[in-house]
Amino acid sequence: MTTIDVQALPAGTWSVDKVHSSIGFAVDYMAGTFHGTFGDFDAAVTDGVLTGSARVASVQVPDENLAAHLQSPDFFDAQAHPELTFTSKAINRDRDRITIAGEITIKGHTEAAEITGEISDPIADPYGGERFGLTLRTVVDRAKFGVSWNNPLPSGEPALAGEVTITAELQLSKQA
Amino acid sequence: MRVLGISGSLRRDSYNTALLRHAGELFEAEGAEFEIYHGLRDIPPYDEDYDNEDASEAVARIRAAVRDADAVFFVTPEYNSSVPGALKNALDWISRPFAANPLRYKPVAVIGASSGMFGAVWAQAELRKVLGAIGARVSEGEVAVGQAGERFDENGRLNEPNLEQEVREVVLTLLGDARSAAQTGQPSANRIAG
Repeated sequence: MTTIDVQALPAGTWSVDKVHSSIGFAVDYMAGTFHGTFGDFDAAVTDGVLTGSARVASVQVPDENLAAHLQSPDFFDAQAHPELTFTSKAINRDRDRITIAGEITIKGHTEAAEITGEISDPIADPYGGERFGLTLRTVVDRAKFGVSWNNPLPSGEPALAGEVTITAELQLSKQA
Repeated sequence: MRVLGISGSLRRDSYNTALLRHAGELFEAEGAEFEIYHGLRDIPPYDEDYDNEDASEAVARIRAAVRDADAVFFVTPEYNSSVPGALKNALDWISRPFAANPLRYKPVAVIGASSGMFGAVWAQAELRKVLGAIGARVSEGEVAVGQAGERFDENGRLNEPNLEQEVREVVLTLLGDARSAAQTGQPSANRIAG
């Protein structure tokens, strides 16, 4: 029997193509799901370790007053904690499925997180480079990070859910 | 450290304003500068049509007073289970334009007094909610001075040492939060990846 040791992520250093990537969140609010994104973010794979960060001040939602409220101490507190960050600790791959154990930091609180998703193998891009893709998703309990704002519905139930889905669509290009 | 004090009551012999003065002594005992904002009565009803260069001078004054303070300390009565209209109205002016309003990230604390039994706890809760929505950094701690008519001596000072101690704890918490905010006032440029 032969075993093949396959590294979960491609070797070398890969940096995010910010134009063709996105980091966002989704949270149930009232009768539906509310979505937002972060316009300013970074991600990289270095020797098999994935790191990422997003600047809170770059949160993008359809209302400027809501964007300002999201940056305030009621939510992310951009002044005291300007970034959300992630670092992988262990990565497992099964064909195109990937599972990443790591630590996510929001509002200065660091919690273990398990991220699931898909990976595509490196391809040659039209610009003479090489790139691969990651589609990632995790669910966090925002209360654990001190992001506990809410507003009751007339029924007394909270309007904003506790579970938040964080998503990342990343294209990573190989660095020389 | 400069602390601005705002009483939600306009009444000349207000228990809340007396409580604010007493809190002011405690701030000064901790080495902070303390100033009570007078002039809530002069602020007109919020009207977006006048939220421009035609805004009242009273509006510019309170916005500047909040902007120049390192922290703001609120003392509120409770009117009909909520925040007095004059105080809420002032906050509505201060909060515009929203993304750059002078209460954004400002350390604030809230206590209150009422002639009834409960010491304006509902008004305090609503005021904290409003301040959070405006973007302020709302400190932990609550002091509810109930039956306020019996809680002050002839000089208008709290006559119960335990109540004074509760106020002192909120004062110390706010000053601590203001010092922390001053240290982290500018967002870090550090990045972990890239």
